[in-house]
Amino acid sequence: MAGFSRAQAVSFAILVAIVILAPFFVYPIVAMQVMCYGLFALGTNLLMGSVGLLSLGQAAYFGLGGYTAGYLVQSLGLTPEIGILAGGLAGGLLGAVFGWLAIRRQDIYFAMITLALAQIVYFGAVQLTGFTGGENGIQGIPRSALFGLIPLGNDRVIYAVVGVVFLAGVLFVHRVIHSPFGQVIRAVRDNEPRMVSLGYRPASYKRIIFILAAVLAGIAGGLKAMVMGIQTLSDVGVTTSGLVVLMVLLGGIGTIFGPVVGALIVVAMQYYLAPFGAWVIVIQGGIFVICVLIFRRGIVGEVAYRLKSPL
Amino acid sequence: MVMVLGKPLPLLFGQLLLGLINGSFYAMLSMGLAIIFGLLRIINFAHGAMFMVGAFVTWGLLTYLGIGFWGAIICAPLPVGLLGMAAERFLIRPIYKLDILYGLLLTFGLAQVLQGLATNFFGVSGVSYDPPAAFARVVNLGFMYMPLYRGFVVFAAIIVCGGTWLIVEKTRLGALLRAATENPALVQAFGVNVPRLLALTFGGGVALAGLAGVLAAPLYAVNPGMGSDLIDTVFAVVVIGGMGSIGGAILTGFGLGIIEGFTDVFYPPGSAVVVFVVMAIVLLARPAGLFGKAA
Repeated sequence: MAGFSRAQAVSFAILVAIVILAPFFVYPIVAMQVMCYGLFALGTNLLMGSVGLLSLGQAAYFGLGGYTAGYLVQSLGLTPEIGILAGGLAGGLLGAVFGWLAIRRQDIYFAMITLALAQIVYFGAVQLTGFTGGENGIQGIPRSALFGLIPLGNDRVIYAVVGVVFLAGVLFVHRVIHSPFGQVIRAVRDNEPRMVSLGYRPASYKRIIFILAAVLAGIAGGLKAMVMGIQTLSDVGVTTSGLVVLMVLLGGIGTIFGPVVGALIVVAMQYYLAPFGAWVIVIQGGIFVICVLIFRRGIVGEVAYRLKSPL
Repeated sequence: MVMVLGKPLPLLFGQLLLGLINGSFYAMLSMGLAIIFGLLRIINFAHGAMFMVGAFVTWGLLTYLGIGFWGAIICAPLPVGLLGMAAERFLIRPIYKLDILYGLLLTFGLAQVLQGLATNFFGVSGVSYDPPAAFARVVNLGFMYMPLYRGFVVFAAIIVCGGTWLIVEKTRLGALLRAATENPALVQAFGVNVPRLLALTFGGGVALAGLAGVLAAPLYAVNPGMGSDLIDTVFAVVVIGGMGSIGGAILTGFGLGIIEGFTDVFYPPGSAVVVFVVMAIVLLARPAGLFGKAA
């Protein structure tokens, strides 16, 4: 694979194998959920890892993608691929506007601004009941036929679609990070004044990354709406924004495979710890604290550090 | 009935009061955030959770120890402040040298832990707390009827904000605090125990959130989510005001509360988002915030 280090090529092969074999071992819906959140976290990590921008409002794009896909497929009867693409497009457009605003400030302010802007989307989703269904959300989104031809009602077919989109997302993010564009992005993160003096415009690079992250979030949200057949307010809420940041942190900021591992653990935790109610939130918060205090490289980051090879 | 801009005057005064009350909480919380950020360079995401803890402590003091509202005003901020000092000592101190964003992530996790624990013990809907008997009535001001406790909250918030401003700007302790904000190494060289100052500042800032929680207990349902509902708006207030000055945080807090209150009269669906929209406009016109220095 072009641009893959040995360790990355092996990891990708393992990932492909896991994606193919997972439905034989776990409930396919859970595996698909992991991939949707994985895609979402991949985009968020583009922001956190390559540019060093912490967004606490990524759920806005994820949720908007889900609502857009859900609305188009359920209310307008369009096909799923159009719904998902429109979800990505909607996420990207919103990201273009919000990114343009948020990138005016740095660091901590950037994080607070993304959070506040995402609240506009959340309250919008509460009130625009014609589009979002308000408190009820969009229920019973049909799994209509892909391209009008391939029926998605079959769990295996939709699993294949999600798997392909997810793996394509992993390759895409890897491509972005290892492109000349990605090198400029990292240089901006490491020393912004130097890049300015070299004649680059850091703000426009940050904007592009912000939009890419939003597009990935939108596609992930659209896919998830198709998989679950339901889209609710919790997908646009701040909890979801926090969850995706936790996935990135736990898996390893700035790694390719970290967000996927983070998504796997967080989704599995939510699924298997569901009977314990609010303890899940306590545990998630505790993991946040522990990661920041003693495990800042994250799981994949730690492995990569030991192997001395980026993953 | 007197009408102004097509709305009855008592309605406008009622909304002004509601706006002032919300503004009171925005002001008290964003002031604490600004003080903590000024010295510790930490954005305390757990500030809303500490506010919530303050409200639950108020309820607990009455329920388990029979200490009423007036006692709680004195007693409740203490444990909250101690909790903050413990958090500073064991969680935040190890990460001072790291990127500023880790502080936000850590306190985000801390907020989740506190909110999750409160949900486990008290349920999502929480508990209720009655206003003190002396304030449990409504007075006729001539132009409107005002529940006395609401007036008291605004009054108390002004006293708290003014008092804090005086301490920071006019006392020796405040001078130390401002000096340490400018140059901690130099202040340490003069024999001031800066680590203790940091712990006290964090504890003090958090105790202010706890005090706001005491004032909020009789006003809102005491529930685990009361802090997280507020913190998003308070962050927007902080972005609008800029974290440069305490006075700025106070003014912005009250101002936005009032704007929010009036938006509810003229365009009800907009009241939930007006603060965020104002934030977007301020970012366009004055990216450093109204009272901020350029970052």
